[in-house]
Amino acid sequence: MTQGRFGLTVGPLLFNWPADRFADFYARLADEAPVDRVVIGESVCSKREPFREECLGPAIERLERAGKRVVLASLTLVTLERERRAARELFAQTQREVEIDDLTLMNLLPQGAPFAVGPMINVYNEPTLGYLARKGARRFCLPPELPFASVAILARAAAGFGVGVELWAYGRMPLAISGRCYHARVHGLSKDSCQFVCDRDADGLAVRTADGTDFLAINGVQTLSHKYANLAGDLDRLAGAGVTSLRLSPHSGDFIAVTRAFARAAAGEIAPREAVEQVRAAVPDAAFTNGFLFGDRGAAPLPAA
Amino acid sequence: MTSPGSLELVCPAGTPAAFRTAVEAGAHAVYCGFNDETNARNFPGLNFSRAEMADSIGFAHRHGAKVLIAVNTFPRAGAFELWTRAVDDAAGMQADAVILADLGLLDYAATTHPALRLHVSVQAAAANADAIAFYARNFGVRRVVLPRVLSVQEIAAINRDIDIETEVFIFGGLCVMAEGRCSLSSYATGKSPNMNGACSPASHVEYREEGGDLVSRIGGFAIHRVKAGQAAPYPTLCKGSFEAGDYRGHVFEDPVSLDAASLIPQLAAAGVTALKIEGRQRSRAYTQSVVRSFRRALDALAAGRPVPAGELRALTEGQRTTSGAYNKTWR
Amino acid sequence: MPLNLVARRLASSLAGRHPALFERLGEQASKTFVIDPTDLPFVFLLEPRPEGPRLVAARREAAGAWDARVAGPLAALIGLVHGAYDGDALFFSHDLVIEGDTEAVLALRNAIDNEEIDLVDEVFAPLGPLAALVAAPARRLAALLGGLTGVALTRGAGGSLA
Repeated sequence: MTQGRFGLTVGPLLFNWPADRFADFYARLADEAPVDRVVIGESVCSKREPFREECLGPAIERLERAGKRVVLASLTLVTLERERRAARELFAQTQREVEIDDLTLMNLLPQGAPFAVGPMINVYNEPTLGYLARKGARRFCLPPELPFASVAILARAAAGFGVGVELWAYGRMPLAISGRCYHARVHGLSKDSCQFVCDRDADGLAVRTADGTDFLAINGVQTLSHKYANLAGDLDRLAGAGVTSLRLSPHSGDFIAVTRAFARAAAGEIAPREAVEQVRAAVPDAAFTNGFLFGDRGAAPLPAA
Repeated sequence: MTSPGSLELVCPAGTPAAFRTAVEAGAHAVYCGFNDETNARNFPGLNFSRAEMADSIGFAHRHGAKVLIAVNTFPRAGAFELWTRAVDDAAGMQADAVILADLGLLDYAATTHPALRLHVSVQAAAANADAIAFYARNFGVRRVVLPRVLSVQEIAAINRDIDIETEVFIFGGLCVMAEGRCSLSSYATGKSPNMNGACSPASHVEYREEGGDLVSRIGGFAIHRVKAGQAAPYPTLCKGSFEAGDYRGHVFEDPVSLDAASLIPQLAAAGVTALKIEGRQRSRAYTQSVVRSFRRALDALAAGRPVPAGELRALTEGQRTTSGAYNKTWR
Repeated sequence: MPLNLVARRLASSLAGRHPALFERLGEQASKTFVIDPTDLPFVFLLEPRPEGPRLVAARREAAGAWDARVAGPLAALIGLVHGAYDGDALFFSHDLVIEGDTEAVLALRNAIDNEEIDLVDEVFAPLGPLAALVAAPARRLAALLGGLTGVALTRGAGGSLA
């Protein structure tokens, strides 16, 4: 169900939502969201995985029954023994594609198995893209910090390998990953006894500067941008550059409405300005940017259409 | 596994003068980069022209020291030749190794210069035995610089599982994020460690007196506010003072720097081959005292004497140090 | 020797003996720096143009327009030039204050650090063979001053941090 010029992918939920909210989110996604692919699973913190175990299977089944293509997410930073084991287990199943987001998984990948490349893999140039494509990468969600000029070159190179490139089109962008848990730190806890305080912030905890300016958001060991990427108004030039799909990252607010706005914009049914406004209406409190691609920095405000 | 006595001291040089200083102060190896965006310390007034690099390599080799050339940013799409030229020139100048992070560039170097020794940069954030095995198997790399997210126990476990050398940071600036996977700087200023070799660049730093306080900003974001006359650390983004919920302070990391001198014996026992000092952007004065001090420490260790620690505090940011992730409680 | 003559000599010596300094500065060589020894009644204006660098002393209030200012005790500034002190360490401890174009200051600091400059040598270098004659007493005077200010005014061999 490719929406006109682009495939739509829902990225893995980055936040530690409680099990019932998690289940509801994916149920609605299955039933109502006009998207093709859903990447699902824990990509931020392995400590959260036990809470997900029970609801992950049913969510995958429901998505697949609804005709979505399910791709399994993997951890962004793999250090512990059990995390390596979990990564190995991802490849023990063969019916679903895995999205790697740490090169650790390249050592565990069965020979010739197809895979997808996530946004935290450093794909900055054509030879790196080509190297991974020859190893079986089928789709690249490019690093959010890439400027448009690089995206255009990489999209051309990807077409030559018969693989697609995807951009982080909606949601707070992952800016960093750490061994340290900032949620635990600001609550005066250690990572090993974190009490899962990251579950208190459905979209991450706002980090403001000393003079009160919104800057970043923390999500456990992950640091995100305060601003949400919103490329709904840029689809013409992205299509022109050969970008093949768009990643929408789950947030609170009316996420289904966000997916619909992108689907309409992707199909050319609404004008760019209208697309941006429809996304804004779904998450009225979010600040938007397309600064990494088109501005002088990632935090640059979205230019008025 | 190396014996404790044979730990290699890998020292930074941002200028030819600092390079000579490091060698004379007892560096076993010096790491440095060309004066362009191919290396992760692409700062104004820093780094080596081709001629300076060739001269410096000659100097090091005459003094029995090795030279490791960092080509450790991620090549820009459409401009790969700038990076391959850096690797070609390093090989041509008889560098003892190149330090690389990018998959495409590793592939190029392994294919084009099979005799050139390859090290995996900390910018590649290879944080476990599988990631390291991937680089070893596919590119024949001989050493990996471990990211600053690992504890000593984890480093020991990695060394048991791999058959290439490991190098770890022992002193200097401390990345709190996994290296090579951080775009905070790019978000705030448009200058990226991965693409431009610049983090929290001075070009975007601004100090201003505001109501009796000295406020430092980067990319317009206020990072520190101190009473005028108090020490104001350089506004590195991840070391800033912020608000998060009810918390006021250093959300990511205090303005501390790494000093793991006291852990040298444990790191040696964990099978580490080389200890790395951060600070290519620091002065000759820094290079000289830090390199001397660590060389003394390694010589003491080799002779079975206790390792002196803490004497370098005046050289560190904000005058405070941490042993970082090497102690698990840091997390 | 009048201050501005010393400053002029220093500038022309740098141009003649340290061309790499200007190469290293790159585009930052077009900036104007104020070097402000806070314990003295005047400041230095530095325009490190490769084609003809200029260094003049001026009263603090008559310094005019500048891009970057580095202020601190004379001892710290000289220690920085001689490589006896680390600029970052001085700055972290607030012995040095930087204002304006931080990138330009950083480039200047890095470029100077590479040149292994000895201020007494630089000032007397233009005298050619006569330099040795004049430099020796100057060096003694400098050593005396160094004793008073706690910093070596000549670079000496193997100076290191306390």
